[in-house]
Amino acid sequence: MSILVIAEHDNLELKPATLNTVAAARQIGGEITLLVAGANCQAVADAAAKVDGVAKVLLADNAAYEHQLAENISKLVLSVASGYSHILAGATTTAKNILPRVAALLDVNQISEIIAVESPDTFKRSIYAGNAIATVQSTDAVKVMTVRATAFDAAAAGNGSATIEAVSENCDAGTSTFIAEELAKSDRPELTAASVVISGGRGMGNGENFAMLEKVADKLGAAVGASRAAVDAGFVPNDMQVGQTGKMVAPELYIAVGISGAIQHLAGMKDSKVIVAINKDEEAPIFQVADYGLVADLFEVVPELEQKL
Amino acid sequence: MKVLVAVKRVIDYNVKVRVKSDNTDVDLANVKMALNPFCEIAVEEAVRLKEAGTADEVVVVSIGSKSCEEQLRTALALGADRAIRIDTADSPDSLSVAKLLAKVVEAEQPGMVILGKQAIDSDNNQTGQMLAALLDRPQGTFASAVKVDGDKLQVTREVDGGLQTVELAMPAIVTTDLRLNEPRYASLPNIMKAKRKPLDVKTADELGVTVGSNISLLKVENPPQRQAGIKVGSVDELVEKLKNEAKVI
Ligand SMILES: Cc1cc2nc3c(=O)[nH]c(=O)nc-3n(C[C@H](O)[C@H](O)[C@H](O)COP(=O)(O)OP(=O)(O)OC[C@H]3O[C@@H](n4cnc5c(N)ncnc54)[C@H](O)[C@@H]3O)c2cc1C
Ligand SMILES: Nc1ncnc2c1ncn2[C@@H]1O[C@H](COP(=O)(O)O)[C@@H](O)[C@H]1O
Repeated sequence: MSILVIAEHDNLELKPATLNTVAAARQIGGEITLLVAGANCQAVADAAAKVDGVAKVLLADNAAYEHQLAENISKLVLSVASGYSHILAGATTTAKNILPRVAALLDVNQISEIIAVESPDTFKRSIYAGNAIATVQSTDAVKVMTVRATAFDAAAAGNGSATIEAVSENCDAGTSTFIAEELAKSDRPELTAASVVISGGRGMGNGENFAMLEKVADKLGAAVGASRAAVDAGFVPNDMQVGQTGKMVAPELYIAVGISGAIQHLAGMKDSKVIVAINKDEEAPIFQVADYGLVADLFEVVPELEQKL
Repeated sequence: MKVLVAVKRVIDYNVKVRVKSDNTDVDLANVKMALNPFCEIAVEEAVRLKEAGTADEVVVVSIGSKSCEEQLRTALALGADRAIRIDTADSPDSLSVAKLLAKVVEAEQPGMVILGKQAIDSDNNQTGQMLAALLDRPQGTFASAVKVDGDKLQVTREVDGGLQTVELAMPAIVTTDLRLNEPRYASLPNIMKAKRKPLDVKTADELGVTVGSNISLLKVENPPQRQAGIKVGSVDELVEKLKNEAKVI
C-alpha cells in the first residue's frame, strides 16, 4: 500500500491538521507521501520532510496553487494519483473543497471525516450530527478520505528526513480566480488545536461581551469559540463556530458559556476531555454532557472566574 | 438564466435519531422528515435571484423514492417553478447522485447549480464538488454571498480562517453555507399553488446512470455516551475541581 497525504498549509507553515492526517495514514500502513501544493512554499516542503513516518514529499510550487483553488489542485492531485491506494487530507474547509473533486475524477466515492481506522479498507465515521457512528467498508480501487483531526494524535513533527521531489505539472483549469480573503487575526491558539477552548453562545448578549471570555482565555492560553446562534446574531465571525457544520474541537477543557447545548453544537465538542457549562437555566441540555455545571448568571461568574484563575 | 437546485429529503434537524438495536442502521420509521436545511437555503437563494431578475427559471431536482416528492412540493411552495424527481431507492451514494445531477445539467443547461454544502444525515459534504468535477466546471462551496456579474459569478466562501472570495466562470456550481440567507416560510396560497406546478419523474436508466456503490455499511453504533457530571455551587468550587480533580488547569 502507498498513501498520498495532501498537506494543509498557508505557503509559509505546515498546519497541524496534516500531522493528525499522517497519524491516520500510519494506522492504515504503507509508504506515506506528502503532497505540498502551493506557491513559494519550499519552507512547507522542508517542514513536511521532517514529519515522522513520511517517506517522500512531492512539492508542486506554482502560482496556480497559491490559493488552493479546488479546480486546479484537484487536477494536480489526479496527475500524481496513479499508484496510490489511499488519498487522505485533514477535514479542513480546504480539503473538503478539493478532495470530493479528486474522488469524482477517480470515479470513486469519498469517505468523509473518518474518526477511526479499522483496517486498510474499513473505517468509522460519525453521521447524523454525531448521534451515530457508522463503520463503512470500501471496495473502491482508491480510497479517498478526509480525516477528523481531533480523532488522531498528531505525528511528531521533527525527526524524519524524507526526500523532496519537485512536480512540474501546471494544472491551471482557468475557470476560477482568487479575489480576496478576510482572515481573522488572533494571537490565541487555533480553535481546533487548542488544549483549552472557551465558547460563548446567544447568552453573551452581544459581541462586546465576548471580551470577558477573551480575558479568561488569555489566562488559560485558550482559544475562543462560539455557537451558531452567537455567529448568526453577528456577535463574532463565522470562523469561531463550533458544531456539526462548524469546527470540530476536542480540547482537554471546554468551557461553554451561555450555550444551551443543541445537538448540532454538541456534535462539535462532546469529545472534549472535560466539559464545563455555565448557564443560568438548570434545565439546559448542555448540563447533560458537562462534567462540571455551574448554574449562574454568566455576567456575574465569568469575571469572577477570570479573577480567580 | 436558469438555476437548478438539488434538494434532499432528510430527517428533521430537531429530531435526535436513534440507532436500531440490531446495529444495522439508524431507525427512520415514523420519524419526521424535512427538506435538508442547507437545501432550503439553496432554494431561497435561487428564488431571490429570480425575484431580482437575474434568473428567469428555478428548477428543483431530488433523487430518491416517491416520498421525496413531498420535499419537492415544499421547494415549489417556496417559489421554484418546476420539479424533477429521479426515481431510485432511498439514499443513493454521493457519486451516483452527482452522476445523475450531471445528466440533468446536460439536459437543462442551467447557468448555475445550487446545492447544500452538506446533507445533515450523512454529513458527507461532497456532492456539489463531485458534480462540479464531473462537469469540469468551477465551484463556490460553503457560500455566504453570491453575486452574478455578467458571465462571472463572485462567491464569498466560509473557510476555516475566515472568508474567501473567488470569481468563477459560469456555468458554476455553488454550495450553500448557513449564513447565505434566511429562508422564508411558505405561505398557504403558495402551498396550494405548488400542488399544480409541474413535477416530472425520470428513472436512472433513462439517464443512463447505474446507481450503485462500492461502499457498504457494516455497522451503526451509538456514540460513546457522556455521563452528566456534577453541579458545582460556586466559582471557587469550580476552580478547585478543575485544578485538583480534573487537573486541566
Ligand atoms: C443545519 C443546522 C446546522 C447547525 N449547525 C450548528 C453548529 O455547527 N453549531 C452550533 O452551535 N449550532 C448549530 N446549529 C444551531 C443549533 O440548532 C442551535 O440553534 C444553536 O446551537 C443555539 O445556540 P445557543 O446555545 O448559543 O443559543 P440558545 O439555544 O438560545 O441558548 C442560549 C443559552 O444561554 C443561556 N443564557 C442566557 N442568558 C444567560 C446569562 N445571563 N447567564 C447564563 N446563561 C445565560 C440560556 O439559558 C440558554 O441556555 C445548527 C442548526 C441547523 C438547523
Ligand atoms: N438524493 C439527493 N437528491 C438531490 N440532491 C441531493 C441528494 N443527495 C445530496 N444532494 C445534494 O447534495 C448536497 C450535499 O449532500 P452531501 O454531499 O450528501 O452532504 C445536498 O444538500 C443536496 O443539495
